[in-house]
Amino acid sequence: MVIRHTVAAVTTCMTIAVPIPAPACPDIPIPKPRRDCAAGLRVNMKRARMSETARELTKDEARALLEAVGRDRDMAAFEALFRHYGPRIKAYMARLARDGSIAEELMQETMIAVWNKAAQFEPGRGNVSTWIFTIARNLRIDAYRKTRRPDFDPNDPAFVPDDTPPADAVVEERQEAERLRSAMAVLPQEQLELLRLSFFNDCSHSSIAETLNLPLGTVKSRIRLAFAKLRAALEDGQ
Amino acid sequence: MTVRHHVSDELLLAYAAGTLEEGWRLAVATHLALCPDCRKRLSLMEDAGGQLLEEIAPEPALATSFERLRQRVLHEGAAARPSPAGTRSAAPARAASPVLPEPLRSYVGGDVETLKWKSLGRGAYHIPIKTDDGTTMVRLLRIPAGKPVPEHGHGGRELTLVLSGSFHDGEELFARGDLEEADANVQHQPVATPGEDCICLAVTDAPLKFRSWLVRLVQPVLGI
Ligand SMILES: [Zn+2]
Repeated sequence: MVIRHTVAAVTTCMTIAVPIPAPACPDIPIPKPRRDCAAGLRVNMKRARMSETARELTKDEARALLEAVGRDRDMAAFEALFRHYGPRIKAYMARLARDGSIAEELMQETMIAVWNKAAQFEPGRGNVSTWIFTIARNLRIDAYRKTRRPDFDPNDPAFVPDDTPPADAVVEERQEAERLRSAMAVLPQEQLELLRLSFFNDCSHSSIAETLNLPLGTVKSRIRLAFAKLRAALEDGQ
Repeated sequence: MTVRHHVSDELLLAYAAGTLEEGWRLAVATHLALCPDCRKRLSLMEDAGGQLLEEIAPEPALATSFERLRQRVLHEGAAARPSPAGTRSAAPARAASPVLPEPLRSYVGGDVETLKWKSLGRGAYHIPIKTDDGTTMVRLLRIPAGKPVPEHGHGGRELTLVLSGSFHDGEELFARGDLEEADANVQHQPVATPGEDCICLAVTDAPLKFRSWLVRLVQPVLGI
């Protein structure tokens, strides 16, 4: 999608937006990523005692802060978002980065993109954590893969728009986010673990299968089971 | 247009997580441009990614981190702010909708009527598409109407996205927007539907494993 690319480009080194995303900025030397497909298993253990941030942001608070950044260029709101998301984005980046300074750098780039792009956030059409996750993910792809990052473009005349316009209500969005959160909280650990390895550690499903000593078919079926449950949880609420 | 053959959960998750190599990603992104259903599934996966980000064990930022960020946005932010409207795609929109959606159209440099097809003999044509991942082979194929392809096995993963015309594989019909995902265990026998040439995007594992029907079609020309 062009919009995502624009942000990545602006915050790294490209100056023009083209439909095909460009490769990562060559100016920031990024060493080969560390793909540790077992790392997730260890890191999650210490989750309980990690609490850098004072307290959790609610979805509504995060949304209000992001809107204040987009609308008013509100620095205090930006700082509050940074306090919550900065350390999380850094942890996400650290799953691949070999040293902390690279994770810090990629986190900074992500937060700059959040600042630059905040006005484009549509409150009724997605939640803040998803939005920030996709920005961080795209920056990470661009940093580690020296290829283009093809994405669909909603402004393309050949693009087939949604049959039903997405629910535009913040309330509905909030309910969906809550249902997803609860559904993920009760996913079997083995399924959740696969999702974490997929999202965080940049591991292909075959390398996950190898690391966990599972048949590839089992990895695939766990993924399918996990999303079947999440989809069912969202449909139940409608 | 109703798409019947969609991206699998595994492949879509790899797309959502950002782990797909460029060649596969091009096929999935082009399917997504044509398929609102899969975009909805993608949104759910990205929501799951966002939720996992909320729950990740935080890594403390440097003590100076926010001050540096503040200075940076004050100095770079104003100049670099992108327009909220986004940007238009490259190729000019004509009255009719292009056959090749983005991102594919930019990869091949234009829509179908501008393409310089290379003959494969027996009425088939192709256009190799350059990607930089080094692990996939990507091409646009034009299979002559009604032409069968001999039955055969596979050497690896293979994605075929129909853009124009259609083909049958056994009982299944694949038409515009449909994605056929095949792996080493699948035997199939695709036949272009009579009446119209079938144009599709084909992505396969790089040449080492190359034994797909698409490549068999190409082999006489490439001499591999
Ligand atoms: Zn689909």
